[in-house]
Amino acid sequence: MQAKKRYSILFSASACVVLLLYLGGVQIAERSPGGGARRGPEPRWPRFIEHLRAFRTSESDVGASPRDKRDAVSGVYKGRMCRMDSCFDFSLCKKNGFKVYVYPQEKGEKISESYQNILASIESSRFYTSDPGQACLFVLSLDTLDRDQLSPQYVHNLKAKLQNLNQWNDGRNHLIFNLYSGTWPNYTEDLGFDIGQAMLAKASISTENFRPNFDVSIPLFSKDHPRTGGERGFLKYNSIPPFRKYMLVFKGKRYLTGIGSDTRNALYHVHNSEDVVLLTTCKHGKDWQKHKDARCDKDNAEYDKYDYKEMLHNSTFCLVPRGRRLGSFRFLEALQAACVPVVLSNGWELPFSEVIDWNTAAVIGDERLLLQIPSTIRSIHQDKILSLRQQTQFLWEAYFSSVEKIVLTTLEIIHDRVLQQLSRSSAMWNNLPGGLFTLPQYSSYLGHFPFYYAPLGIKPHQRFTAVIHAVTPLVSQSQPILKLLASVAKSQYCAQIIVLWNCDKPLPAKHRWPATSQPIVVIEGESKVMSSRFLPYSTIGTDAVLSLDEDTVLSTTEVDFAFTVWQSFPERIVGYPARSHFWDVNKERWGYTSKWTNDYSMVLTGAAFYHRYYNYLYTNYLPASLKSMVDQLSNCEDILMNFLVSAVTKMPPVKVTQKKQYKETMMGQQTSRASRWADPDHFTQRQTCMNKFASWFGSMPLVHSQMRLDPILFKDQVSILRKKYRDIERL
Amino acid sequence: MCASVKYSSRGPALIPRMKTKHRIYYITLFSVVLLGLIATGMFQFWPHSIESSAEWTLDRRSVHDAPLVKLLASSPIPERGDLSCRMHTCFDVYRCGYNPKNRIKVYIYPLQRFVDEVGVPISSNGLSREYNELLSAISDSDFYTDDVTRACLFIPSIDVLNQNSLRIRETAQALAMLPRWDKGMNHLLFNMLPGGPPDYNTGLDVPRDRALLAGGGFSTWTYRQGYDVSIPVYSLLSAEVDLPERQPGPRRYFILSSQTAIHREYRTELERLKEENGQSILLLDKCSNLSQGVASARKRCSKGQTYDYPQILQESSFCVVLRGARLGQATLSDVLQAGCVPVIMADSYILPFSEVLDWKRASVVIPEEKLPEMYTILKSIPHRQVEEMQRQARWFWDAYFSSMKDIGLTTLQIINDRIYPYAARTYEQWNNPPVVKWSSVNSPLFLPLIPPRSPGFTAVVLTYDRVESLFRVITEISKVPSLAKLLVVWNNQNKIPPEESLWPKIAVPLKVVRTKENKLSNRFFPFNEIETEAVLAIDDDIIMLTSDELQFGYEVWREFPDRLVGYPGRLHLWDHEMGKWKYESEWTNEVSMVLTGAAFYHKYFNYLYTYKMPGDIKNWVDAHMNCEDIAMNFLVANITGKAPIKVTPRKKFKCPECTAIDGLSLDQTHMVERSECINKFASVFGTMPLKVVEHRADPVLYKDDFPEKLKSFPNIGSL
Repeated sequence: MQAKKRYSILFSASACVVLLLYLGGVQIAERSPGGGARRGPEPRWPRFIEHLRAFRTSESDVGASPRDKRDAVSGVYKGRMCRMDSCFDFSLCKKNGFKVYVYPQEKGEKISESYQNILASIESSRFYTSDPGQACLFVLSLDTLDRDQLSPQYVHNLKAKLQNLNQWNDGRNHLIFNLYSGTWPNYTEDLGFDIGQAMLAKASISTENFRPNFDVSIPLFSKDHPRTGGERGFLKYNSIPPFRKYMLVFKGKRYLTGIGSDTRNALYHVHNSEDVVLLTTCKHGKDWQKHKDARCDKDNAEYDKYDYKEMLHNSTFCLVPRGRRLGSFRFLEALQAACVPVVLSNGWELPFSEVIDWNTAAVIGDERLLLQIPSTIRSIHQDKILSLRQQTQFLWEAYFSSVEKIVLTTLEIIHDRVLQQLSRSSAMWNNLPGGLFTLPQYSSYLGHFPFYYAPLGIKPHQRFTAVIHAVTPLVSQSQPILKLLASVAKSQYCAQIIVLWNCDKPLPAKHRWPATSQPIVVIEGESKVMSSRFLPYSTIGTDAVLSLDEDTVLSTTEVDFAFTVWQSFPERIVGYPARSHFWDVNKERWGYTSKWTNDYSMVLTGAAFYHRYYNYLYTNYLPASLKSMVDQLSNCEDILMNFLVSAVTKMPPVKVTQKKQYKETMMGQQTSRASRWADPDHFTQRQTCMNKFASWFGSMPLVHSQMRLDPILFKDQVSILRKKYRDIERL
Repeated sequence: MCASVKYSSRGPALIPRMKTKHRIYYITLFSVVLLGLIATGMFQFWPHSIESSAEWTLDRRSVHDAPLVKLLASSPIPERGDLSCRMHTCFDVYRCGYNPKNRIKVYIYPLQRFVDEVGVPISSNGLSREYNELLSAISDSDFYTDDVTRACLFIPSIDVLNQNSLRIRETAQALAMLPRWDKGMNHLLFNMLPGGPPDYNTGLDVPRDRALLAGGGFSTWTYRQGYDVSIPVYSLLSAEVDLPERQPGPRRYFILSSQTAIHREYRTELERLKEENGQSILLLDKCSNLSQGVASARKRCSKGQTYDYPQILQESSFCVVLRGARLGQATLSDVLQAGCVPVIMADSYILPFSEVLDWKRASVVIPEEKLPEMYTILKSIPHRQVEEMQRQARWFWDAYFSSMKDIGLTTLQIINDRIYPYAARTYEQWNNPPVVKWSSVNSPLFLPLIPPRSPGFTAVVLTYDRVESLFRVITEISKVPSLAKLLVVWNNQNKIPPEESLWPKIAVPLKVVRTKENKLSNRFFPFNEIETEAVLAIDDDIIMLTSDELQFGYEVWREFPDRLVGYPGRLHLWDHEMGKWKYESEWTNEVSMVLTGAAFYHKYFNYLYTYKMPGDIKNWVDAHMNCEDIAMNFLVANITGKAPIKVTPRKKFKCPECTAIDGLSLDQTHMVERSECINKFASVFGTMPLKVVEHRADPVLYKDDFPEKLKSFPNIGSL
């Protein structure tokens, strides 16, 4: 024991000596070279001993008269210096809002298919006016898309033709669409005629020529690009890990000489024929043999071995190098294929760059750094790839999938400039459902739109407003509407009830309405048309609207439960009776069914919760043609609403459980609405509506769902006393 | 998120009891050693600190020590600056090169004093306090390099912040004399006050070749988008005055105008607005009768009443920022600092850092022409939006305006983002204040997709040694039409799995993965064998689920691929008595979790669980052999902000006779442990992410009076 102790003392003592020596030694070693070899921080900016003076003193010069300044601006900045302030007359948009006029087509003028599509898209949009006196923006009926002199589509004598237009006014408030400009060999961006003060919506525009917040950069699209609808994105599901067979692919022409040839000529340096497959061919043009170089034959052979589509769909990244011009079809093709574009086109003003944040959906490379591209994309994190890829799909579907979307996006960008402080925010453009479905006039506040609740982490208003559509006069105290009023008013979430009096008979006296705990507001419909039930009444003070037919039978419990469900799905329609659509193979058109099926794609708005923004969207987004169809038929308003909401959310509505079978059980009774439901014409009409709507939307937006949401203990074999929503089960 | 610390307070005392004599001996020995150590330490650090302070004084130089450089009248002048310059034409990107950090290197020229032939300096002010601060901040940042050959960006030490104090021609000559000038390539100049009387150009008038300009007060006609950087005009009050942040909300005044240099045309219009709208508008001006010694910059007056500036700005919801002779106004900075929403009226002005900042969230921009409509326009903005703008305004100031350092580093970050766009900061990173970053969710699976049915799902069965039950489960699951593959995670290291021939014969591939350790987290490993998006996690004793129930669950998952879609539902509750969370497994009317003993989810969440689980939750779960399912529910709810979906009424999973709380869950201590898990996870996540809902998903025709054989999923068990 003693020895052990002694050892331990000896050990600790020697340890201390060693430590002392070490510390001292370090000290000495550090000092020995005279402090010269000290490896310190890099020399920094010195600290000065003086008290330095501030860079400014208070300024008092107010400058020249602002009014004079404003006038001067519009005189000076023309042509390449055009901006909205100097080359656009805002006063034209003040009176009638943002209206677009298209010049009538002159006989004998040939117009390309693409330009026809552009004009048709404008004409069917809600911005269109046929009266030049009302217009804020003017669009030519002269085809300016192809300004390549060598092209067969080239329109001659544009200058003279423009001068003949009586509204031309040196191009002020005119929008000129262009896809191709310049020609071999230098492909200038000049259109070959004086555009005056007109704005350009141009593909392949360069940053040097692009007039910010004045021109609009549009994507290059082919003549086969669909006018409306368009294909959906290629992505069907998110795979984990997010890598596809190839990392980076390219397959395209190689220009041996001339403008834009450098990058494509250098691609072979990066090609590794494994996961980076960059293929070029020299075989294009008439005399390619004349210019061909040593690599051509080998490249051409390799080129033929791969299929473009297959590569596009199986690659994580797609190289989008410039061609002769800055933009290429490849950009949109990659976007649709969920292949993240790697853009190598120095100086290209990317499509809709004014509003789209391309860093979220593409990799913007530098042609000068081509050799770094592989290491760059390999350094991108998996999570980033997952998000880039999803964003390609969102952007494709929101802004690019059809000519109509490209045109509407262009118009909305200009519309935003006209709206000025009321314009869409960047978040509205770059998040689902995108700028076209987000009308900033409704609100500039993101939290007022149903689809931003989740991303913003906020909750919708805890109460709802019921809107009852009344069409029959109030004669007896046992009418369904009175029962409905009573049971809805009893809901703890009900803030107020609006009765929309769309009946031809005069308003009943105030005392005829039952006394309820919640206020009843009666609005007399002005036009008494069907669509008025979806008007965004300013009296609706809550986020949630409960839309009701007068003969709907609902209990308070059912209302309460559906409302709690809606709070989880505020961007969808949540309702009770559901319907379904199907593709009728024999008739080659959409069919409508009200039969009990295992799935559904619509819920009837005779009893449904939805966000009040959809009232606004229904009234202001949909074209007059569809709304007037609904009004004339006094039918299909619910189908149209379902189309609209599914087009926004790309999701089905939500059906919740209900006590009684709604409507179906009402068929026999002779109330006015029920008789309408029994009418066989009624059914045919709905079928027609569906097909009309689908053609306007360009595709079928409805989505099927196979589930119904029930209370958690619904019809479970447990004591009824344990259940919160008991009444739903009681018959 | 707070990480918990493991306390290890074990082992016997280090010094055992011993005799007094020895104790004294020990104490003496230790004191000697301790003294020795202290002495050495002193020796070590004392001289060192003298040395470093000596270095510091060495660093402290006088501006007058900077070398004098004489400019000849004939020395070259740079060109005026090319309006068509863009990064790809006027910037040499090769100098920045590829580096793994994706960060540009910035060199600062040493200070020189430039004088003309007769010895007059090129600037009346010389190096200003602010430019000095800016350069120090950059030199202290990660961007800085002292190696001129490695630099990507060069910053001259010639101060051009204020054009008024410069001699234009000579300053230009001085720039051209910089050793690496090379036509201004990759050079960055900072200027806040451009132009001079009477025209006040909106860009610096000093000819500068291709140099980039970080300018305060650009107009759309002088700003080269994507090349120049628009910066704020620094307010001298930023450093002087400390304004505590005020809670967003309504203020005493609705609109306030505090600028002293307003053109009388506009002042007249402002006064008219005030006449029309009364007390809610406060118009301030210079004070004419201030006593000596009072800084006039800190006072404003209205009708004989004196107000403290900038404090008064905090009393208003909106503050007017009108253009003066220049477009950029230092008032903007004061207004933002006060958390007042700026109403910017300066036509064609390029707002500070507009390349990255979303000014719509923090300001209202109104054309000068619409000044008379200002009141109506501002009144139409919803209250909640005004509050968010107030918060946003203050946050912009805090993050990007408050010091020359912030202004300088933000400028460099913007240029950095252009050079490495794939590593650029996102919109959210630039624009979301911390409180929004905290409350908002960015779901990684944000695209609304209903994946096709065809790829099916992969069932992952976690098992230890219940082979018989496992085989039963496998047989049951194999009947589900959309099953694509079955993966058995064999978590028993002491026992080898049964021979291949003994396993049930099923139509889809069956794969057994043996694990190295018996850890619960193995069930959530993103195995390469999982080739489908959909994963069905299932315990080896869940034998009651019918094929219809499972197939229906998969169909529901397809409609909600970003959620947990499962069968056993659970709830978390706040225990008011105990003041903490409680786990609830009774059959209640609500759910906030579904157990992963039987649940569908996206494979992405496996990846997330394995590699991105916050704090020490993963280890904690493995150590306690419990709560992996709760952890998964937290993880998914936290990142998506969404509730799970409970499918079908099924509540019994292991045997028909089982009571409400199955098997494992019976145990009371188990329940306590589960509650503990919830509290632990909530503290690690820093929040309670779970969302409570009152609904479950049933087939559309469930319990409807309809022929069973026509229903897609007739066999949905009652309990």
